[in-house]
Amino acid sequence: MLAKRIIPCLDVDHGRVKKGVNFVNLQDVGDPTEIAAAYQKQGADELVFLDITATNEKRKAIVETIEQVASQVFMPLTVGGGIHDVSDMMNLLRAGADKTAVNSAAVRHPELITQGAEKFGSQCVVLAIDAKFNPQTQTYQVYVNGGRKATNLDAVQWAKEGVKRGAGELLVTSMDKDGTKSGYDIDLYRQLTKAVSVPVIASGGCGKLTDFSDVFRESDVDGALAASVFHFGELTISDVKQQLKTDGVIVR
Amino acid sequence: MIIVIDYDTGNTRNVKKALDFLGVENKLSADPQEITNADGVILPGVGAFKKAIDALNERQLIPVIQQVAKQGTPMLGICLGMQLLFDRSLEFGDTTGLSLIKGDVIPIPTNLGVKVPHMGWDLNQVAHSDPIADIFDQQFSYFVHSFYVKTSADKVLVTTDYGVQIPSIVRQNNVIGMQFHPEKSGQVGLNGLTKFKEMVENADYSRN
Repeated sequence: MLAKRIIPCLDVDHGRVKKGVNFVNLQDVGDPTEIAAAYQKQGADELVFLDITATNEKRKAIVETIEQVASQVFMPLTVGGGIHDVSDMMNLLRAGADKTAVNSAAVRHPELITQGAEKFGSQCVVLAIDAKFNPQTQTYQVYVNGGRKATNLDAVQWAKEGVKRGAGELLVTSMDKDGTKSGYDIDLYRQLTKAVSVPVIASGGCGKLTDFSDVFRESDVDGALAASVFHFGELTISDVKQQLKTDGVIVR
Repeated sequence: MIIVIDYDTGNTRNVKKALDFLGVENKLSADPQEITNADGVILPGVGAFKKAIDALNERQLIPVIQQVAKQGTPMLGICLGMQLLFDRSLEFGDTTGLSLIKGDVIPIPTNLGVKVPHMGWDLNQVAHSDPIADIFDQQFSYFVHSFYVKTSADKVLVTTDYGVQIPSIVRQNNVIGMQFHPEKSGQVGLNGLTKFKEMVENADYSRN
């Protein structure tokens, strides 16, 4: 029986971990390798690195970052942000990443999912989706460009298509919940996990220990991602896991 | 010196990174002479069985690996590298493996209510006590695979329950296989690689 995964997310800009609110007021918080090692010690099951470097020419900074992290930290590493083609994926996987997450580029060119899956295997291709509830249609709508641009895609349909094209995992952020600390969007994850057979990672909204238990007990997600609660030291991963054990959720 | 066989498979560099981190003398190589003379050999691997066998064939490494196993050199196959140790795989047809251990590589059943691939941290249980197996007892390690090994029970040191009992560590004399990725399994994985290093150091085999 697989353990449910707790996944801290690190925003990386030019080789440093930054934090801010909605990508503004970015503050330098440290060296990615040191922070990753600290999370490993706390019992993180996987790490997600989001490359928030704005300029294309600096993109190779993330490859160097992953190279360094992978030489000191021994757990699965997922990298997303600014991946445009198969050669971007190749460079990250060669540097030590285990999975690459595609988002806007996959919406623009869905064949990118298939190309990546054929070349590296589905387990290396994560489809990241930013979803927002549309009260008029009562469905979840896909957004791209860091949540700034709406598309006409339905999140559940897009998830199904992504899996059909070869995505091995879905990392789905609820834009309604992100930053609210009011808990994960359980309705969204229920719909998604019913629609696809690949692992789904929940992202956005966690603020307290029981938010993790709730999303694992009330939907069939495989992992829960969080950034600020871990970065700001509000919760530790060991606290989260202790709570999950108490609540009967299988964790490592 | 431990040689990590370099045949362009995904996790080769990460295996090397873990050995470097542990301070274990190692080298990536596809050179038959270096592999033959190694004190220990690691066969990594991710991806498809047939592609990996083709890549080993291209480099004319299959007889080399078979000879190394026969001469008693400690050998560790990781993930697909473990599956390659067996007779054949049913992945995309029927492909002959290295035949170092008797058994077949078959798909994880999809009708048992489990997701395939088997991807994530799963719990290990020792079936037969052994120094390299015991450190994984009741520990989680990181798996990514859609196929598993069917072999006789006496070869299986450790299992993980995923609807079927998946052999997660197998051993036949000097040849060991780990279905999970020790290089991605945190401290317990590093402990497993250290145990293999100790095995290499303590190997008392004669080379013929």
